Amino acid sequence: MSDVRELAVPELSLVVLIGASGSGKSTFARKHFRSTQVLSSDVCRGLVADDENDQSATPAAFAVLHAIAAARLAAGRLTVVDATNVKREDRASLVQLARDHDVLPVAIVLDVAEGVCLARNAARPDRDLARTVVSRQRAELRRGLRGLSREGFRKVHLLSSPEEVDAAVLTYEKAYSDLRTETGPFDVVGDVHGCRAELEELLGRLGYELVRDPQGRPVDAVPPAGRRAVFLGDLVDRGPDSPGVLRLVMGMVRAGHALCVPGNHENKLVKALRGRDVQITHGLETTLAQLEAETPEFRREVEDFCYGLVSHYVLDGGALVVAHAGLTEELHGRASGRVRSFALYGDTTGETDEFGLPVRYPWAQDYRGRAMVLYGHTPVPEPEWVNNTMCLDTGCVFGGRLTALRYPERELVDVPAHRTWYEPARPFLSEDDATPERPDEVLDVADVLGKRIVVTRLSGRVTVRAENAAAAIEVMSRFALAPQQLAYLPPTMSPVATSARADLLEHPAEAFAYYRGEGVDQVVCQEKHMGSRAVALVRRQDAAGDPDRPVGERGALYTRTGRSFLGEELTREFLARVARAVEGAGLFAELGSDWVLLDGELLPWSVKAGDLVRGQYAAVGAAARAALPVAEAVLTQAAGRGLDVGELLTRQRARRVDIEGFTTAYRRFCWPTDGLTGTAFAPFQLLAAAGATFSDRPHGEHLALADRLAEADPELVRRTQHRAVDVTDPVSEQAATDWWTELTAGGGEGMVVKPAANLTRGRRGLVQPGLKVRGREYLRLVYGPEYTEPANLSRLRERNLGRKRGLALREYALGLEGLERLARGEPMWRVHECVFAVLALESEPVDPRL
Amino acid sequence: MTLSTTHRPATDLGFLLHKNPARAQQVEVSTGTAHVFYPEATDERCTVALLLEVDPIALVRGNRGNEGFALGQHVNDRPYAASSLLAVALGKAFASARRGVSKERPDLVDQPLPLEVHLPALSCRGGAELAERFFAPLGWQVEARALPLDEQFPEWGDSRHVDLRLRGTQRLADAINQLYVALPVLDDAKHYWVSTDEIDKLLRAGSGWLATHPERELITQRYLAHQRSLAGQAMTRLAEVDDADTFDDAVAEVAEAPERPAPLARLRQEAVVAALRAAGAHRVLDLGCGAGALLPALLAESSFTEVVGVDVSSRALEVAARRLRLDRMPDRQRARVSLLQSALTYRDARLAGYDAAVLMEVVEHLDPDRLPALEHAVFAAAAPSTAVVTTPNAEHNVRYPALAGGGMRHRDHRFEWTRAEFAEWADGVAARRGYAVRYLGVGGDDPEVGPPTQLAVFTRTPGQEVAA
Repeated sequence: MSDVRELAVPELSLVVLIGASGSGKSTFARKHFRSTQVLSSDVCRGLVADDENDQSATPAAFAVLHAIAAARLAAGRLTVVDATNVKREDRASLVQLARDHDVLPVAIVLDVAEGVCLARNAARPDRDLARTVVSRQRAELRRGLRGLSREGFRKVHLLSSPEEVDAAVLTYEKAYSDLRTETGPFDVVGDVHGCRAELEELLGRLGYELVRDPQGRPVDAVPPAGRRAVFLGDLVDRGPDSPGVLRLVMGMVRAGHALCVPGNHENKLVKALRGRDVQITHGLETTLAQLEAETPEFRREVEDFCYGLVSHYVLDGGALVVAHAGLTEELHGRASGRVRSFALYGDTTGETDEFGLPVRYPWAQDYRGRAMVLYGHTPVPEPEWVNNTMCLDTGCVFGGRLTALRYPERELVDVPAHRTWYEPARPFLSEDDATPERPDEVLDVADVLGKRIVVTRLSGRVTVRAENAAAAIEVMSRFALAPQQLAYLPPTMSPVATSARADLLEHPAEAFAYYRGEGVDQVVCQEKHMGSRAVALVRRQDAAGDPDRPVGERGALYTRTGRSFLGEELTREFLARVARAVEGAGLFAELGSDWVLLDGELLPWSVKAGDLVRGQYAAVGAAARAALPVAEAVLTQAAGRGLDVGELLTRQRARRVDIEGFTTAYRRFCWPTDGLTGTAFAPFQLLAAAGATFSDRPHGEHLALADRLAEADPELVRRTQHRAVDVTDPVSEQAATDWWTELTAGGGEGMVVKPAANLTRGRRGLVQPGLKVRGREYLRLVYGPEYTEPANLSRLRERNLGRKRGLALREYALGLEGLERLARGEPMWRVHECVFAVLALESEPVDPRL
Repeated sequence: MTLSTTHRPATDLGFLLHKNPARAQQVEVSTGTAHVFYPEATDERCTVALLLEVDPIALVRGNRGNEGFALGQHVNDRPYAASSLLAVALGKAFASARRGVSKERPDLVDQPLPLEVHLPALSCRGGAELAERFFAPLGWQVEARALPLDEQFPEWGDSRHVDLRLRGTQRLADAINQLYVALPVLDDAKHYWVSTDEIDKLLRAGSGWLATHPERELITQRYLAHQRSLAGQAMTRLAEVDDADTFDDAVAEVAEAPERPAPLARLRQEAVVAALRAAGAHRVLDLGCGAGALLPALLAESSFTEVVGVDVSSRALEVAARRLRLDRMPDRQRARVSLLQSALTYRDARLAGYDAAVLMEVVEHLDPDRLPALEHAVFAAAAPSTAVVTTPNAEHNVRYPALAGGGMRHRDHRFEWTRAEFAEWADGVAARRGYAVRYLGVGGDDPEVGPPTQLAVFTRTPGQEVAA
């Protein structure tokens, strides 16, 4: 028995087993890896040819093996290839596969004697290999053995006997970049470029205590309890004291007070210090001159420090990634030359601009990852969040500022440069670069198109089907307002369970029973105005009125599918009025926000639905009022001739009564408007303001806010009547039921019953945020003029609410998710994703009468 | 609907219709029950009434191809108005009469009779005037009166319903067949189904009169309504969610465009193709291709090795695929063309790296505040070497009599630019995105107001683009 052999394998790698047939690869793989991690060429041959030994199927089998391996590596999973891999070209394609996915290829060679292989093969009845095959395989293997490292394998483990194979034990190595267990909090510092004095000042501002050596030079800085500094590279070059910066940072790293990733300038400095041929430009000449004044030991220390820096770090459980020039998501935690090059230089297009500087691809615009990425490298006038990434290089050495970000607080701390230490090749504060969109506002079709799953806090994963997305994208891009103004679309709402009462379809009793059943005792009943659902994004007036302001800053009034209600002029006038009301009610000040997002109804219905009222409702009435009297007349005439048409005549008369009820009902919701005169807005919920959502505030508070707006502008803002109900108290219920009866008697729309506390979880999860209870006459507009005929009613009672309720909850969860993302300051695509999903779900085939 | 005759003896009508005047009868049809009875039946005058009692449930179920629900199916004029449903009932209740078969009165079948038809609420898209255009050429004396929408709201005007009376001397079979075709055609309802037997039905019912009817094109087009896809239905539902009439208007425009393009449209296509050819483009994007008006011209040009039609409407792309006969195209040709759904307000990695992109009459369909998004998606993200953009010249509109008083060329146009406005936008894009731009006109340069169509060719200036 030999000693235990430890084989080190990186946690994320492509392990390539190498050995002749019968050398024990599959047994080895079974022993050391999970079965799902192992891709066997034999199994793949079986998959494509029904026969594991069908050599003619080998090319197809390897195609399958490569495809599976690629998918696994893309997902960041360790993968083992169990094939002979004795041919150099086979190994080369696997090394390439590992590189393509920026993982390390590892070779484990099972070099056991030919006799052992032959004996094992002989013991397998399914395998009939010629003796020469095994000896040829072994010969090939031995030829290739010495070159494995050169072929690109980062680790090569050679096991030369069955005993060694048996004694092998695998140990997993974490990637150098993997510091997920380090949770901070951190102070992440942008490019210093030798600006030692500014760095000292910044560390002071951040609460670090500088430690100085006898010559007074800072050699460490002790952070406030629990914190740690992270330097984003480019400590050196151009500035007045690169050695001083290095001395301080190296000391901090050594003491465990800081982490540091390399910048391209450190990379080049190492090469220069090692005497390699590099161009001494871009400030390197300054650093080298400054280092001349230092001791050889210090220079050696600098060289070792810079050489040992790890391209990037993944911190805080994967929530934070730091790299000098940033890093795309698929490279996080990976290891390859490409990762290092991206981390040092960013995504360069290979072109140069008019200043001779490389054109960089704006990778952050495309970034859709969950981890926050902090980086430097390209000086920016102002640090700005772009899709959860931020560049902290504010050009200190060029006379800008030295900036740090406190993580996870997301607070920026900066100090101005003491002077311009170095003239930039391209003016980095130039206004010429200004493009019309903010980089964060660039949306990608991949954010919305195809089948999508949106993860919500309230309801987990919500799926959007591809054909619904296809419809939604057309509506979104052709008819809806710009996404910057569209942070929210209201969810659909389910009606109450069908009433058992003889002449009604809906009644409040079922709403109260539902909430009682969910353990919700206190509910609020809100009058429905029979307007159109409307969302208003209202901005403080000094900001809102100007048409030249960027799209996202103007405010908006829009419908359930995100369309503007009123023309441009009228919208501006409307928003100005509401903004004055919000100002007058003191809400902007109270919320500490320059904007509010209000959910409500816009009246009358005919403002939005004018075409529908005329084309559908009035037209039905017109046709019926013309046709029914004629039908009655000819039937009366026929009855006079003694024909048996009595029943038919009775039915036609009943239809006349129904159509009159129908006509009365739609007329109630139509009145002429002139400009804003005649138009009213009835807000009932405050959705969001800067940094805040309000779904956890009781409806009573929301309605009180709405009442304040109505007081401020009684003409435009309409109060929403409401009643608080205790559903465990029959008297309270009865009072609300009486109120509903009164509201709906003349054709009123009815009311919505909501949990008084607002967002509520009940016994079976999320509770319906509201149930509508619509009036008997009003429902003629929905179910048809004659729905109250007993035969029709009994059919309609079978309506199924399950789908509608499910949809209502999913849309509700999506709506709030979008608002919460907005409040957290997440990138626009993350908010838009939710809004888009609501629109897409609205195109689901659900009975529109519900 | 009532139909009367003053033929003597008028009660012969019963023999021709195979319906006894002495009894009220019922005929079951797919959408409900049709009642046939005679309010009057004397030798001097005989009137038959056909009353369709629509079963609302059957109505919903009968709407094939539209598996979802639509509010319009529950609140609609079908139970009251004479529409395509009545046509079905008419066809079934009077099937023998339509075929011109009568056992008892074979001699009367081919004899023109004095007839009078009354439809108190005929659904008629196009109003009283269209009813006149339909029936007058067939020899009827037409009395059509539009019904007001709502007497309480006179400002709403008339509904699409018409009180229609027809008087004339006609063969009964012809009269019934004409009504059978007229009802769905005038109704022009969106019944989303069509099959080859609909065409047969039309040809049978129209035999002897349709081929020479001055409105035969309109009649055929309306009778054979279009089929809808899943995504199309989803669109319809969205429109309903928002109480809107339809969201599908851009497609309607292109779908109904005549096969032979109008002269200006043809000139525009030629100008675009010429600009692409001059740029030496091989791989070409047609952004906002709609139903594919430009695609055949691009495919006809062998130097374009790859042609991609891109539109936001999946319905438009389906029409384009049908028109191009993609499913029957030879492989080699098929490999040159692809269609994909995308929106120009979103960046799309699939559109990057092409030689040229065409935006023919597209930008004016976007709200002005979406133009920066389009600019980014096209000129920064897709960044073709050449981009060709055409848009109407608003100054030229005064040359169109219909637009002389203002207004735009298409109801979906969100704006139309003067030459200066177009140049302001295009110069800005070019400066911001590293392109050079030059302007051409299409369709004859009017010395005063310029050409009807403006065309700009953007050429990317190498090494100059500003990374956005």
